[in-house]
Amino acid sequence: MEALGLLQWCLDGLLGLGLLWLAWRALACSDLFKAVVLFIAFGLLMALAWVRLEAPDIALAEAAIGAGLTGALLLSALARLRAIQANGTIVIPAQQAAKVQLSRWLAGTILLSAAIGLGYAITSLPPEAAGLSAEVTANLAASGVGNPVTAVLLNFRAYDTLLEMAVLLLALLAVWSLDGLPTAEAAAGPVLDTLARLLTPVLILVAAYLLWVGADAPGGAFQAGSVLGAAGVLLLLAGWRLQPSLAQLPLRLALVAGSGTFVVIALLTLLSTGRLLAFPPAQAGTLILILEAVATVSIGVTLAALFLAAPPGHKEKL
Amino acid sequence: MTASDYLAALLLISGAVFFLAGTLGLLRFPDVYTRLHALTKADNVGLGLVVIGLAIQAESLAAVGKLLLIWLLVLLAGASVSYLVARGALHKGIRLWKR
Amino acid sequence: MQTFYFALALFLLLNLFAGMWRVLRGPSPADRMLAAQLFGTTAVAVLLLLAQASASPALRDVALLFALLAAVTAVAFVRRAWPEEGGERDGE
Repeated sequence: MEALGLLQWCLDGLLGLGLLWLAWRALACSDLFKAVVLFIAFGLLMALAWVRLEAPDIALAEAAIGAGLTGALLLSALARLRAIQANGTIVIPAQQAAKVQLSRWLAGTILLSAAIGLGYAITSLPPEAAGLSAEVTANLAASGVGNPVTAVLLNFRAYDTLLEMAVLLLALLAVWSLDGLPTAEAAAGPVLDTLARLLTPVLILVAAYLLWVGADAPGGAFQAGSVLGAAGVLLLLAGWRLQPSLAQLPLRLALVAGSGTFVVIALLTLLSTGRLLAFPPAQAGTLILILEAVATVSIGVTLAALFLAAPPGHKEKL
Repeated sequence: MTASDYLAALLLISGAVFFLAGTLGLLRFPDVYTRLHALTKADNVGLGLVVIGLAIQAESLAAVGKLLLIWLLVLLAGASVSYLVARGALHKGIRLWKR
Repeated sequence: MQTFYFALALFLLLNLFAGMWRVLRGPSPADRMLAAQLFGTTAVAVLLLLAQASASPALRDVALLFALLAAVTAVAFVRRAWPEEGGERDGE
C-alpha cells in the first residue's frame, strides 16, 4: 500500500503544480494563440483534477465546457480580433510608467492579503468536515433521483438552477445585442463534411445518454446540454446554417423553453403546495426528468447560438 | 496476479511505449507533417493497446463496448483532424522538411 | 494491479507535460494545436486507467467526452483560427 499512496501523491502533486504553471504561462504569454492553446490544456488538466477530487459530475462539465466549448469560442474570438485588426487599427493608449508601477503594487498587495486570508481559512477548517452529505443522503429517497448531485441541483436547490438558466439566457441576449458580424463560412471539403455527419449523431446520442444516466450516476442536464452545444458548434463550423423558416420563432422558443418551463413549474408548485419549487415526492422523479430534458435542449441551443454570435438571418448593417 | 493480469499488463506497457514514442516524435521531428505522423501513432496504436489491455480487465460487456467506442471515436477524429491540419498547413505554405 | 495502473497514469501524465514544450516552442499554430490533440488523447488514456483503478465507470464517460470535444476544438482551429489565404479550393 505504501507504493500506491506514494504514486497517488506524485500524480496529484504533478497535476497541482502543472495547473499552477499552466495558468501562469497562459496569462503571461504575449502571443494570444499560444495563450488560448495553453488555456485549453489547462481545462484538460482541470478536468483530471476534478476526477482526482472524486467529482465526476464537475469533471464532465469541465471537459465539455472548459476544455471543449470555451476553447472553440476563444479561437473564434481570436479570428474575429485578427479580422478587426486587419481592417482597422485598435489603438491602446500607452500608459505612463508610474501609473503601471502603482497598479502593480496595488494588485500585488490585494492578492497577497487575499492569499493570506484564504490560507488562514483553509488551515483553520476542521480536518474531518462532514458538510451536508449526511442530510442529502437522508433525504435522497424523497428527492426522486439516485444521484446526490442531481438531487441537490434539481430538487433541493432548484432555485439556483432556475437562476442559472436565466443567466445563460441573459448572456446570449448580451452577445446578440453586440451586433457582431456573422462569418461567411468557406465551403467544407468532403472530409470535414463526413466528419460532421458522423460525429453529430454520436454527440446527440451521448447527450441523451448523459441526460438519462444523470438520474443515478454522474451526468445531468448541464453536461448533456453542453455536449448538445458542441454538436451545434460542429455543424456551424462545417458550414451548416439553420433554415430561415426555423430561425425566427422556433429558435426563440427553444432558447426560452428551459427557463420558461422552470418558471412554470415553480409557479405550479407555489400554487399547489405554497412553497416555491417544493416537489411532491411521488412526482419528483418525473418533474426532474422533464426539467432536465427541456433544460438540455435550451442549454445546447444557447451554447451553439453563442458560438454563432449573431442572430441567424442577421444582416450586416452598413 | 493471474495470467490475464499479466497479459493486460503487457498490453498496457506496450501502449504506454507507443505514447512515449508519440511524444518523442512530437518533440523531435523536424516539421508539422512528420509530427502529425507521430501523433497518430500514439492515437491509434497506443490508445488501442491500452483499450485492449483494459478490456481484458473490464467488469462487464457494456464497459468493453464503451472502451471500444472511445477508441473508434479517437481514431475517426484523429484521422480527420490530421488530414485537415495537413491540408491547412500545405495551403499556408509550410514547407515539407527535406533531408 | 491498482499500483500498476497508477504508475502508468503517472507515466502518461509525465508524457503530457513533456509535450508542453511543443506548445511553447511552436513555431507554427498547427504545431501548438497538434500538441493539444496529443494532450487530449493522453488524458483519455489516463482517465481510462483511473476508471479501472478506482472502479468508477463514470470516468469512462469523461473519457468519451474528452475524445469527442477534442475533435470539435480541432475543427474550430482549422476552420476559424487558421483561415485559408486567398480563395478557397473546395472539393479538395
